[in-house]
Amino acid sequence: MAAITEVGITDTAAESRLAGAWHEFAERRTAVVALAAVVLLIGLALLAPLVAPQNPYDLTQLSIMDNKLPPLARGLDGMLYLLGTDDQGRDMLSAILYGLRLSLYVSVVATAIALALGTVTGIVAAYFGGRIDALLMRLVDIQLSFPAILIALILLAILGKGIDKVVIALVSVQWAYYARTIRGAALAERRREYIEAARCLALPQWRIIFRHLLPNAFAPLIVVATVQVAHAIALEATLSFLGVGVPITEPSLGLLIANGYGYMLSGDYWISFYPGVALLIAIVAINLVGDRLRDVMNPRLKR
Amino acid sequence: MPAPVLAVTDLSTSFFTRNGAVRAVNGVSFAVARGEVLGLVGESGSGKTVTGFSILGLVDPPGRIVGGSIRFLGEELAGASDERLRSLRGASIAMIFQDPMMTLNPVLRIDTQMIEAITAHEKVSHRAARARARAALAAVGIASPDERLAAYPHQFSGGMRQRVAIAIALLHRPALLVADEPTTALDVTIQSQILAEVQDLCAESGTALIWITHDLAVVAGLADRVAVMYAGRIVEEGPVDAVLAQPLHPYTRGLIGSVPSRNARGAPLNQIPGMAPSPADLPPGCAFAPRCPRADVVCAGPLGMTGHPGERAARCWHPYVSEAAR
Amino acid sequence: MSGPIIALDRISKDFVTPLDLAARAANLLGARLRESAIRAVDDVSFAVDEGEVVGLVGESGCGKSTLGRIVADVLAPSAGSVNFRGAPRDELAGEAARTAALKVQMIFQDPMASLNPRLRVGDIVGEAPVVHGIVTRAERRDYVAALLERVGLDPRYTTRYPHQFSGGQRARIGIARALAVKPDFLVCDESVAALDVSIQAQILNLFMELRHDLKLTYLFISHDLGVVEHLSDRVVIMYLGRVVEIAPTETLFRAANHPYTRALLANVPRLEARKQRFAPIAGEIPSPLDPPSGCQFHPRCPFAMARCKSEAPALREITPGHRSACHLNDAA
Repeated sequence: MAAITEVGITDTAAESRLAGAWHEFAERRTAVVALAAVVLLIGLALLAPLVAPQNPYDLTQLSIMDNKLPPLARGLDGMLYLLGTDDQGRDMLSAILYGLRLSLYVSVVATAIALALGTVTGIVAAYFGGRIDALLMRLVDIQLSFPAILIALILLAILGKGIDKVVIALVSVQWAYYARTIRGAALAERRREYIEAARCLALPQWRIIFRHLLPNAFAPLIVVATVQVAHAIALEATLSFLGVGVPITEPSLGLLIANGYGYMLSGDYWISFYPGVALLIAIVAINLVGDRLRDVMNPRLKR
Repeated sequence: MPAPVLAVTDLSTSFFTRNGAVRAVNGVSFAVARGEVLGLVGESGSGKTVTGFSILGLVDPPGRIVGGSIRFLGEELAGASDERLRSLRGASIAMIFQDPMMTLNPVLRIDTQMIEAITAHEKVSHRAARARARAALAAVGIASPDERLAAYPHQFSGGMRQRVAIAIALLHRPALLVADEPTTALDVTIQSQILAEVQDLCAESGTALIWITHDLAVVAGLADRVAVMYAGRIVEEGPVDAVLAQPLHPYTRGLIGSVPSRNARGAPLNQIPGMAPSPADLPPGCAFAPRCPRADVVCAGPLGMTGHPGERAARCWHPYVSEAAR
Repeated sequence: MSGPIIALDRISKDFVTPLDLAARAANLLGARLRESAIRAVDDVSFAVDEGEVVGLVGESGCGKSTLGRIVADVLAPSAGSVNFRGAPRDELAGEAARTAALKVQMIFQDPMASLNPRLRVGDIVGEAPVVHGIVTRAERRDYVAALLERVGLDPRYTTRYPHQFSGGQRARIGIARALAVKPDFLVCDESVAALDVSIQAQILNLFMELRHDLKLTYLFISHDLGVVEHLSDRVVIMYLGRVVEIAPTETLFRAANHPYTRALLANVPRLEARKQRFAPIAGEIPSPLDPPSGCQFHPRCPFAMARCKSEAPALREITPGHRSACHLNDAA
């Protein structure tokens, strides 16, 4: 019986990996501010029905007489419109909150589905190599060689309008990035000795792929997914602005901008401007968080 | 006796991390004379590499030299300006690393790099510099140096790259060469070649050599003197013969005893129990006490060198010979 | 039962980078691009008897790591067959194949890289025995704890991750993982090379203990001749993919036959040497992409003859149990 000759563990620092990652992330103030903004936006989006002064989709709450009021104006019944109203008397603040909610919902759902799809594709391609890899990656290449807008427009023209159709369009545009990214990371990990050890232990292949390879190749995807949420928001806004995205009854930020576009030159800027600002803040904040995440994850990847 | 080329006195280097200060080098003193080879031996975490880096002023934040003096040819290096250190590095003091790619730029040709190294410290014509580079390559045993000059590092094997790194280090005939495990990653036959070349070059040019390694056998054949490091301190020093034949410190003795050639074939190897402490978490007094067969209460107290520091000494309350070799 | 547990029969392994589409297109247009092939292992045959420790020694490019992986069935040979207890391994199927796979395990070189950084130690060691039905999920905890104790680790640390351990401890975890599937044969691929000398001694002692207690057989791959001499019963020397000498340990170290072996032994730094005048063999180790003809050692061999350049020497028995591949033996 071997005498226990090893005493103690070298990890005397109490800090867990997550806490360490947070500290590193927080070293840049801009990143912390951006993260706070993202959290705030998510909070507002989730709580929109409770926070918004009115429900902009409920026609009974609207008063057409209150249309095109500038910010901080009061309506006929005394209600304060912080950001003004649009051409149908909708409170802009409420519309933005609901629009944000929809934009985030669509983007996050689309990103999640694309992530799952792309991950499975990429990791299977990386593990098996050979023809499977060649076939799947050619599909990815074809996908990526078309501009995202073009694919989305074509798909929506075929599928028609609706939130679920927009999600499908976004997924079909995004999945290829994840596939390619995780394939790259997995190809590097696949040669490592712990994968050889798993094969030596005669573990079933699916187990090696999903329990050993995937968790270790996944890290770069966190960064990609974060930034892609921002892309998805922008893409969805673009599609809605062009009128092929979400239906008019449930406007997202893009549609709000489109609605108010015609009034810009006549001086009623707030109908387009404030949804634009909200969109800008959302995209920039998410991008900043993603950038900082990329910096934090990099040296740790070089374990 | 002529003044030593390098005299390190009480050197301490610490790293200031988020989790506190880590004392990588803790009061290290040694000297190297002209033409002498000093072997600096230790395992991982002993602080030998950080000592080498400290001498050259290459310790990056969050680490810095926190105390002691490094006198090179009479001049104080600890705390010297970046400019002064830069002018010394490559010309008077040179370093070679375990990975030659730390010296060689992968996107530049060998001749470009060598000529750059020459003209950085001396005003010579391009042609003269190239001739010197060629001669330096030949001196380290590289056949057909003209061809090799025109090549890129990735076209060389590991041993070749290390030779080129040595050639670059010796271009200006430095007074001191610090070698940090340069042959650890190389094959035995290639290591032999490089050891032979370094031996010749240093003997010929009178360069003082500090050879940092964990391999006692290499030190046995190469060095004049040896200093053994453990947990940031020198625990034994002396002439190679004396230290290897009659080690004073229990750690040195344990290290020598655990080498397979010192044990009967097939018998269990003499092993040092436990493992080296993390530099962030050192026990008070002697850092080796938890693993030492001779430790007692005294060992938790402050520790000095017994014997003749600078010649033959050990940092131990219970060295194996009651009087250090005179 | 004695007799070979693993027998290698004319094993060869080629690494070929096939031509991609662009290269093939270029060939159609007249370029003569060839796929690069490296013969990492060239016609190797030897056997390991049950209970033996065979040391496999060589320098970079000799193919010892590749051969180790072929023995452990992590890599498939390009030619030849591996026989497990007399039966060719690739002819086994189903249950027999799985058993054979588990009976030969590998201990890897880099203790950090060989452990899945995302799994806890308990999972790393306990996964395979549960998957293969050696223990049930309920029994797993105790089984893993016993294994960790066996290799000298505190069994309370099953919930920790690999990065929280030192190099020597990770090496022990790797050993525990291999032992968990009850192997008969261990391939140790430079398993102590990345460890400090004092930890090396501990792990080597552990290997010897396990060999005795669990009746294991080892193929011990290393570049460190001192370690190999201490541990092995027989030694195999490889150079550029070929076996150049096989002998019982004492014979090899006392009376080596092949010039490469002699040069290797002469160049090992010794603790006893003082101001050693290193007398190295000339020349670089050739690249496996472009090996010399005939006897691959001839460019560096001080005794090379004309014959050595054109004809590759066969591995021949010079005394019982001692085989060497050198034309000099024919002259005698």
